[in-house]
Amino acid sequence: MKRIGMEGSLAIAEAAKAAHVDVVAAYPITPQTHIVEKLAELVATGELKADYIPVESEHSAMSACLGSCAVGARTFTATAGQGLELMHEVLYVASSMRLPIIMVVVNRSLSAPLSVWGDHSDVMAVRDCGWIQMFAENVQQAYDLTLCAFKIGEDHSVLFPVMVHVDGFHLSHVIEPYFVLNQEDIDGFIPPYRYPYALNPAKPVTLGAFGPPNVYTEAKKAQEVALLSTKKVILNTWTQFKKLSGRSYNPVEVYKTDDADVALMTMGSFSETAMLAIDSLRSQGLKVGLVRLRLWRPFPFDELRAAVSNLSTLIVFDRAISSGGPPGPVASEIRSALYPMKTRPKVVSFIGGLGGRDVTVQAFEKLIKKGIEKAKADQLTDYEMIEVRGQ
Amino acid sequence: MKKVYAYPKSLKRAPFHYCPGCGHSIVHRLVCEVIDEMNLQDKTIGIPPPGCSVFAYNYFDVDMAESAHGRGAAVATGAKRAFPDAIVFTYQGDGDLAAIGTAETIHAANRGEQITTIFVNNAVYGMTGGQMAPTTLVGQKTTTTPYGRDESLDGAPIKMSEILALVKGTVYIERVAVNSPDNIRKAKKAIRKAFQTQIYKLGFSMVEILSPCPTNWKMSPIESWQWVDREMTKVFPLGVIKDTTEKKDAD
Ligand SMILES: Cc1ncc(C[n+]2csc(CCOP(=O)(O)OP(=O)(O)O)c2C)c(N)n1
Repeated sequence: MKRIGMEGSLAIAEAAKAAHVDVVAAYPITPQTHIVEKLAELVATGELKADYIPVESEHSAMSACLGSCAVGARTFTATAGQGLELMHEVLYVASSMRLPIIMVVVNRSLSAPLSVWGDHSDVMAVRDCGWIQMFAENVQQAYDLTLCAFKIGEDHSVLFPVMVHVDGFHLSHVIEPYFVLNQEDIDGFIPPYRYPYALNPAKPVTLGAFGPPNVYTEAKKAQEVALLSTKKVILNTWTQFKKLSGRSYNPVEVYKTDDADVALMTMGSFSETAMLAIDSLRSQGLKVGLVRLRLWRPFPFDELRAAVSNLSTLIVFDRAISSGGPPGPVASEIRSALYPMKTRPKVVSFIGGLGGRDVTVQAFEKLIKKGIEKAKADQLTDYEMIEVRGQ
Repeated sequence: MKKVYAYPKSLKRAPFHYCPGCGHSIVHRLVCEVIDEMNLQDKTIGIPPPGCSVFAYNYFDVDMAESAHGRGAAVATGAKRAFPDAIVFTYQGDGDLAAIGTAETIHAANRGEQITTIFVNNAVYGMTGGQMAPTTLVGQKTTTTPYGRDESLDGAPIKMSEILALVKGTVYIERVAVNSPDNIRKAKKAIRKAFQTQIYKLGFSMVEILSPCPTNWKMSPIESWQWVDREMTKVFPLGVIKDTTEKKDAD
């Protein structure tokens, strides 16, 4: 297997190319631009036989994806932050019509203040839109998960759109070494695309029909059952991918939690920084570990419960705020997932890394120690936003 | 001694972040000169866009509220309707106005909103790194059209001024350029007239300004000034596109 150094965005574009996408419809937005510029270039040089549609907004980008996917074209797009927000309405339509559009979201904070830098506010705002959603922590994973997304979404028992979340700049703009799969292996892994309900006058179908009150509830229930049952295929795909690449992916992943009493929970690229903090605290004699959420939707309830059942404390680190609500959106989901357990860890909530602010290894160490103290003192109803000046 | 040159009062003394040869800084200065000469500084509200001019509030010493990408005309509409004594202008790029914000621009114009739009056309999405805009010339190379814009796939450059001239609510639309001292003087005159149109409450006014972008065009500043004359003005001819101000009574 070839190992080369490449910018994250370009590796993602390579994955989309290797998957032989038919249509890319996109509107540029920092920090997503390099992905779509690269794809435009590959189409222009003829290396990728696809239509590149430079539409006039993200609302149109997702709508064009809807159209191309509905006639059976393998469809890819990418966006970030404000762009994802502008797509919002159409995201729900795509998942409800069961159109397996594949999208890389280069996570970016939301205005105002205007910021092009990363956090997870954009992700949290589209939490409930019915897409399969997963997080990459490094360039290799961004490449791997983009490839897997096609196989998962297009599986006939799935047929859901998939979002791969990639932290803005921290992943999109760094050059990292990654292993490139052979084209033959990828072709074997991702079968040629056949959408079973493609619009085709010879075999008429209607997509997204009107849903009056006597059917809307049933449609939503059916969609929900279908989304929850995609986990089998997700797990299967990752097992097959492991055979191909040697790299394994799981809905919830753990680092040094075997004998741990306390664990930190993260998502995305900050997980790798957090691992260093875990190593450092372990060298100081603290039995701490790290739990990382890879699969965000459908939410991996069982895997999460299994991963944290022996912990006394789980410290959840959020990179978004649910304004006026239970502040850390991930912490709040974790709490609700763990609530039915007879014994469960205490959950402590921290928020940080907003609008591209870095969280260092030292900051994670400090946060974990603080979390342990708060758990000991049973101080669990509040949350803390780390490193806020002037408070 | 007679003072012949001064720094505009409504232009803050902050160093511009714009690239060498970029037209935005010239346009900023022209707008500020007009605001000063018409004594509007205390009444003016500006709506800057996401785009290279996203930091406009660092330069214009007037109230400003950043809009979401493309939504300037709608934000300006709200501000002007609720505060009719204010002089409200939007400052927008061609991605902002001619791509993502076409809908609100056309509809604000159609309603004849009493606002002024400063439309800076540099034929690319500058801020995001020089991708094709709807205004990109056929054959022009950008990061998303590496072999040049292909009309059969991407359409021809969209002429927003001509399109908006068809809309009844618009009363004054002129296309100018900021690529020579002569053109810069004409640009200022047009900006002045557009603000005057708003003061007289005649309807929607817009000045489209062809503006060099040496960085994304991959040219020297001088070449980019020449390119405006040689290529851009062929597709986007300079001059008054619509002027019905004479037919309307100022109220
Ligand atoms: C909804 C949304 N999509 C995309 C962007 C990214 N974006 C910011 S500015 C811009 C285009 C800028 O081009 P233009 O309006 O021509 O202004 P210029 O930078 O050339 O002055 C884009 C695509 C955004 N901020 N919001």
